[in-house]
Amino acid sequence: MSVIILLLLASLSIALIFLGAFLWSVGDRQYDDDYSPPRRILFDDQPPSPDNDHAKLTSK
Amino acid sequence: MEKTNIALLCEHCGDPCPNDKIVLGESHFCCEGCRLVYQLLNRKGLCTYYALNAHPGVSRRTPVRKDKFAFLDQGKMADALISFRGEDQTHATFYLPAIHCSSCLYLLENLHRLHPGVLSSRVDFAARTVFLAFDHHRISLREAAELLTAIGYEPYISMRDLGGSRPEPNRRLIYRLGVAGFCFGNIMLLSFPEYLGIDGSESMLRQAFRYLSLLLALPVLLYSAQPFFSSAWSGLKSKFLNIDTPIALAILVTFLRSVWGVASGAGSGYFDSMSGIVFFMLAGRVLQDRTYRALSFDRDYTAYFPMAVTVLEYSTAGDPAGPVDSTGPTSGPREVSTALPDVRCGDTLLIHSGELIPADGILTRGDALIDYSFVTGESLPVCREMGEIVYAGGRQTGAAIELLVFKEVAQSYLTQLWNRQPRKTTAARRPFIHTLSRYFTIIVFAVAASAALYWQLVDPARTWNAVTAVLIVACPCALLLSSTFTNGNLLRIMAKYHFYLRNAETIGHIAGTTHIVFDKTGTLTDTTAPEIRWQGRQLSKLERWSITTLAAQSTHPLSRALAAHLRPTSELLYISSFIERPGGGLDALIDGRRWTYGSRAFVQSQTAGGKREELGQVTPGAAIYVACDGHLLGAYQFSGRFRAGLGTLANDLAQHHKLTVLSGDNAHERRRLQALLGDGVNLLFDRSPHEKTQYIRHLQRWGDKVMMVGDGLNDAGALGQSDAGIAIAADCGNFTPSSDAILRADQLIRLPAFIRFCRSGRWIILASFVLSILYNIIGLWFAVHGALSPLVAAILMPASSLSILLVTYGSSNVLARVLLREEDHNIH
Repeated sequence: MSVIILLLLASLSIALIFLGAFLWSVGDRQYDDDYSPPRRILFDDQPPSPDNDHAKLTSK
Repeated sequence: MEKTNIALLCEHCGDPCPNDKIVLGESHFCCEGCRLVYQLLNRKGLCTYYALNAHPGVSRRTPVRKDKFAFLDQGKMADALISFRGEDQTHATFYLPAIHCSSCLYLLENLHRLHPGVLSSRVDFAARTVFLAFDHHRISLREAAELLTAIGYEPYISMRDLGGSRPEPNRRLIYRLGVAGFCFGNIMLLSFPEYLGIDGSESMLRQAFRYLSLLLALPVLLYSAQPFFSSAWSGLKSKFLNIDTPIALAILVTFLRSVWGVASGAGSGYFDSMSGIVFFMLAGRVLQDRTYRALSFDRDYTAYFPMAVTVLEYSTAGDPAGPVDSTGPTSGPREVSTALPDVRCGDTLLIHSGELIPADGILTRGDALIDYSFVTGESLPVCREMGEIVYAGGRQTGAAIELLVFKEVAQSYLTQLWNRQPRKTTAARRPFIHTLSRYFTIIVFAVAASAALYWQLVDPARTWNAVTAVLIVACPCALLLSSTFTNGNLLRIMAKYHFYLRNAETIGHIAGTTHIVFDKTGTLTDTTAPEIRWQGRQLSKLERWSITTLAAQSTHPLSRALAAHLRPTSELLYISSFIERPGGGLDALIDGRRWTYGSRAFVQSQTAGGKREELGQVTPGAAIYVACDGHLLGAYQFSGRFRAGLGTLANDLAQHHKLTVLSGDNAHERRRLQALLGDGVNLLFDRSPHEKTQYIRHLQRWGDKVMMVGDGLNDAGALGQSDAGIAIAADCGNFTPSSDAILRADQLIRLPAFIRFCRSGRWIILASFVLSILYNIIGLWFAVHGALSPLVAAILMPASSLSILLVTYGSSNVLARVLLREEDHNIH
């Protein structure tokens, strides 16, 4: 039954790796913008439009 | 004015359409600008923009200066925006404050479909920036900015303000939270055997679990709980017990007690409680932090008084800069009114007499006589000559000057100066909050100590639970935070309605007003487009130009109107000497002739026996008299138009306030004004600025709290004397340091609503105090009885402060909608 100590230490070390991954992802600014990613994935890809010329937008 | 058809809203921006003429297919628009954007997006297949949100666009009604982004063609501003420049690609980041919904996200990430030069774009919604990768051979940085502006997302580029565009999220707090969460979870798991009944027979395992828990609790204590300890420690060093002291104590005590328990084998310790406390407190703090930042971010950008200054645009050869004069010589520089953030290095500014200098520059024309009392407190004007440097913050007291800007100044700097002005005497409420918060912690300690004593005698097992719960559950957050937070929110809301307050204290002053004093000219009357008639002898062209020059010097509302009226057909001449007497007029030497310009009394005092017949037709009233070389030439007659809605305004205000009108004009309009405002209003005429100040002082001595509403410059003294001085700004930069608030002229009729809003702000703060005290009493009751586990207390504490914050935020917004929205249809 004392093998459980070994198991505990092993699983704790793996868990520590995940903690490290969390800390890295926060530092990598992945949580800074939490608004765009969920909406971005829902935008449809549309076929490229045939009209590729730059339309001049002037008010006169 | 056409009645707005409220049934029709612009498809693009949601503003009401003035008519149903601007259409495209089935959709209506409020202006040509909006329709153009819609048309463009339609053609490019980007109509999902309109499908995602209703009316997602930004109103295109006010056109943008065509060469506004010319400075991006080269220079350090452009370099500040560009993060990478390669062979074919440039990367740049723009700050777009107009980003507000998923449609914006959609459109901005599909920019490549609007222009082939844009390779890709990515939005950071939280920071409201867009990262652009573009091919600089096909589209330049300036064109990119113009493209963004064309679709409604004008980049906000200001060198000085860019640094503080968004406060960095506090990542360290999240690291600590992560570590605390990790350790808390694992300690809880390790506590299971203890809870589930492991007994002495497995003592080796039990000890192992306990020591592992202790090991895991160490990072929590030493790293995650740092903020609490350092805050409590700095408080103690200054002999001040702040709210973090009981929390720090609770954590430390629990830890030590648990260590002793484990080391002596007496028990399992309370590591799970301790790490749970730290975890939940940190979570609460992170949430609070985020909420606060999200709610108060907008204030920095939009809540500054939108000061504008006149920029002179010199036309380059072959490029007409403006309307061609039919009478005078052509191609003088064109005067363009520009908002402060848009002022760039290299712009030439025209600073009128009495105007604030908004940026550091070199004097290129005129003699500068600058009053730096705003900055240094010294009111003796400083002399500067051509070629010398003039610093921002001063006020020009001589004739108009031209300045070449070499260093821009952030609006925050000017607001800082504004706030440095001497404060009015504060109410006694301030000390109350401070004494309460100091005693709060002492009271909490007292309660904890007595609970400890009680339980130690009655039932020692419940002591620790009770003491730690007491130390944690007590939360003075609402007491400390709610007033600053609510006031900040109120300021932000009112700024949206173009009522800019100097600071939070002003809210209290406005709420406590008992007597309101109005100026007449420029405040109650709308001088932006009055009828102006010349009464007097025929003027030569040169004489007209001289008068125009004089009119252009002064910032008195009548002068401004006259200058606007005469300007298009006149040229400005050079003034050799200039003296201004506030409230009286101007004395100047132009082209060898001595001109006197101003009020009747002033001009007549300077002339030797004026020809009264000349003025036979001039009805006494708002008029500017002109004399040359001691001879009266005549006068410009203004027929004043009173602002719409004055009757209802007066009625509304009269219910709770005494009203007075103090005017520098004579009493010819008395009957008309009295009829308009009602009999309860006291009308006093022919008051000089000094007399106005005296009158207000007199009212105050009789116990009234006086609010003065006047135009910035001439009422400066009165505004400063009153408890709340509100300067009415027509629309450009008449920035008055002695005022406590600036109100845009067309929002004057909302004054009763603003006053009610300020009053109700106090109720919100009071309500949150009461809520907080109630929460504390109930919480402490349960804690003292030992019925509250420290863990639950640790959840309750941040939850309570967060809920109170949200309640104050929500109620102030609801109040804004109720009080301020009702008159929305009057304002466009």
